[in-house]
Amino acid sequence: MTDRIAPTPEAAALSDPAVSVVGDARVPKTWRGRAWTTLRSAPPTAVFGMLVIAVYVVTAVFAPLLAPYGEAAVFPTPFDAWSSEHPLGTDQIGRDVMSRLIYGARNTMGIALATTVLSFLIGGGLGLWAVIAQGWTDQILSRVVDVLMAIPALIFALMLLSIFGSSVLSLILIIAVLDSTRVFRLTRAVGMGVVVMDYVEAARLRGEGLGWIMRREILPNIAPPLVAEFGLRFSFVFLTIAALSFLGLGIQPPLADWGSMVRDGASMIQFAPYDLRMGLTPFVPAGAIALLTVAVNFVVDWLLHRASGLKE
Amino acid sequence: MASPLLEMKDVRVEGRTGEAWTEIVHGVDLTLHRGEVLGLIGESGAGKSTLGLAAMGYARPGCRISGGAITFDGIDLRAASDATLRGLWGGRMAYVAQSAAAAFNPAHRLIDQTVEAAVAHGAHGGASAREDAVALYEALRLPDPGEIGFRYPHQVSGGQLQRVMTAMAMAGRPDLIVFDEPTTALDVTTQVGVLKAMRDAVERFDTAAIYITHDLAVVAQMADRIKVLRYGDEVEEAETRAMLDAPREDYTRSLWAVRSIRKPEVTGGAVQLAIKGVDAAYGTAKVLHDVSIAVPKGRTVAVVGESGSGKSTAARVVTGLLPPTSGTVEFDGEALPPTLKARSKEQKRRLQMIYQMADTAMNPKQTIGEIIGRPLSFYHGLSGAERRARVADLLEMIELPPDYADRLPGELSGGQKQRVCIARALAAEPDLIICDEVTSALDQIVQEGILKLLMRLQKEFGIAYLFITHDIATVEAIADEIVVMNQGRVVEQGPKSEILSPPHPEYTELLLASVPEMDPDWLTRQTEGA
Repeated sequence: MTDRIAPTPEAAALSDPAVSVVGDARVPKTWRGRAWTTLRSAPPTAVFGMLVIAVYVVTAVFAPLLAPYGEAAVFPTPFDAWSSEHPLGTDQIGRDVMSRLIYGARNTMGIALATTVLSFLIGGGLGLWAVIAQGWTDQILSRVVDVLMAIPALIFALMLLSIFGSSVLSLILIIAVLDSTRVFRLTRAVGMGVVVMDYVEAARLRGEGLGWIMRREILPNIAPPLVAEFGLRFSFVFLTIAALSFLGLGIQPPLADWGSMVRDGASMIQFAPYDLRMGLTPFVPAGAIALLTVAVNFVVDWLLHRASGLKE
Repeated sequence: MASPLLEMKDVRVEGRTGEAWTEIVHGVDLTLHRGEVLGLIGESGAGKSTLGLAAMGYARPGCRISGGAITFDGIDLRAASDATLRGLWGGRMAYVAQSAAAAFNPAHRLIDQTVEAAVAHGAHGGASAREDAVALYEALRLPDPGEIGFRYPHQVSGGQLQRVMTAMAMAGRPDLIVFDEPTTALDVTTQVGVLKAMRDAVERFDTAAIYITHDLAVVAQMADRIKVLRYGDEVEEAETRAMLDAPREDYTRSLWAVRSIRKPEVTGGAVQLAIKGVDAAYGTAKVLHDVSIAVPKGRTVAVVGESGSGKSTAARVVTGLLPPTSGTVEFDGEALPPTLKARSKEQKRRLQMIYQMADTAMNPKQTIGEIIGRPLSFYHGLSGAERRARVADLLEMIELPPDYADRLPGELSGGQKQRVCIARALAAEPDLIICDEVTSALDQIVQEGILKLLMRLQKEFGIAYLFITHDIATVEAIADEIVVMNQGRVVEQGPKSEILSPPHPEYTELLLASVPEMDPDWLTRQTEGA
């Protein structure tokens, strides 16, 4: 064993003035420090997106405190005009639109989030498995995914929902499985680039198990595109649920959700010539959907941009 | 003397790191006359390529030429408009890149790509340009010059592609060609031919050239004068012969440092690893034919051969990644199961591997401490303070400070990364380490450090090395025994002194003769001999 630490030629090279400038710009060590540096460099669109998402999340979490009335509370007057009592009026059976909008954030976003998480667990897990196992495992999984993707997702979902009934659980499971096909493809594609790296081979030679290679060697290196995809998929799932609810097979009454609110309120557009504000009522949940989608996409764009290392 | 073709005065180039600009070339002067070849030499990061490109008035994306004057045949390149520069590039100035395979469009025939720039600059019409291209192919000694241009890039070999690229550069009869490491990616036996062809072509058309390389022996064959760069500064410049005979600076001398290491040869002893009659195939393509190699305990066996000789495949068979179709691998007298899955943890522990590219051999998201620590917990069950102490020990063994445990691989230099990979292999406390081209991607000085470290560790811990390389200088430096491989077969195996002294089998002879020597007349002698 050596009893001295001789400066290696490389260490000498690093202490050279030309190189140490790079050394000074070292990224902060702690996770929190890095996150903060990242956040500060966010462009205005991403900041806007994050603020909007934050507002939505707060609304969803504190819905019972924020909503003036209960989710299913029925008032005597249906199609009531906007007033101080009912800020956005009431719907076709006399429920307060404002309250349903607030509870809708909870249901629509909660279900969309659960679905997205589940689809990433399924798609990401299988994708990594296919990447590591390769050969027949990869072939079979990929062809099953091809078959699933060949069927138009919304129509397939409609069909399955009408077979299994549209409970919240089956809604989550069906959309998650259908959506996981895309997650599988992405994970497999980006994972393929990482699995050929020598450090994965080194882990294999060491005798590491499938779980370790998946979680510790591959996952951290494909995380940025997956995180960005998570945001996008969340938007799509959210829109799918809203669309299914609009078609009547999504979230069922009395649970409030934005998609069915648009459908139920659609007829109110005809009130516009008489009371403009009432005519606008169906646009409020539609706008809530649109705004969240745009906000999520702003944030995702920024993440993708960072992950791809492109400059402005 | 006539006014120089290219004159660079106090040229400075800056590169962007994050928000700030850092100077990477600190005021270098360069003068080049017509028909003259200047060699630019230095380690990676010395700024040779940056300076070579600046000579054409070009800066890579993320870089800018921030100071000095560049005059090419009376034209001020720094003040010239983009249109003027585009008119010069590919016409009066040309560039030959290191990786010819990456520089060609795979979808077009070679001849179309060869003449493209010349036709665009109006030097020729299409038909005469093609005739000229064929003449250039002939001058560059490409086989079948009339036909080769009608092939696609993937249908010719790497050495041929590099020559076609030179033809492409010469098509516009440039006054200046910048060669950026044009033979670095080639095998030694191929390199000789390419060097000859390039030198003759440059002489014949009286072209001035800047030849960038990190291999002093190569530049000695090509250049009239040599300029040594380090960290963006000029170290010295001299006539080729004068520099080789009497380098003024210690740094210049250290550029051929590896050639000064000589490990005293020790042979014999009990066999640690024996590959016996192994055949192996990728799918239906058979790549190893009856390969037998023996590695004695605590010795270094170097496997040499060109790319495609099967040396890395032999390593894959030993590690269990590629089960052999016949034959066995014995470790310490015991047959190893052919597949990785069937091997015990203990068998895996005793046989470790170090890779060529330290960059891709370490997970960029794990700290050095995690990378070195994992084998410690995996094989030896260490954790907590015990593990940290052992990691610090290992860092000391590889001559790195203990606080490097918190760093990520991206914060280390190339040589330091390779050291960490050595520490990771060492952590398992193996009996044998397979070193797959571990020094090929490194600079001479760094190579020397790594080789010395490997030799010291062998002495201290009695580890045997199966050292795979294509570099004869490295083999001479550290091997006890040598195995020469060619096209999946072992040509010969024996003690270093025996293999390196005549008589040789035909292939060994060719391989040894192809290694450039530090002698400006070497290539000329080769040409005459051939």
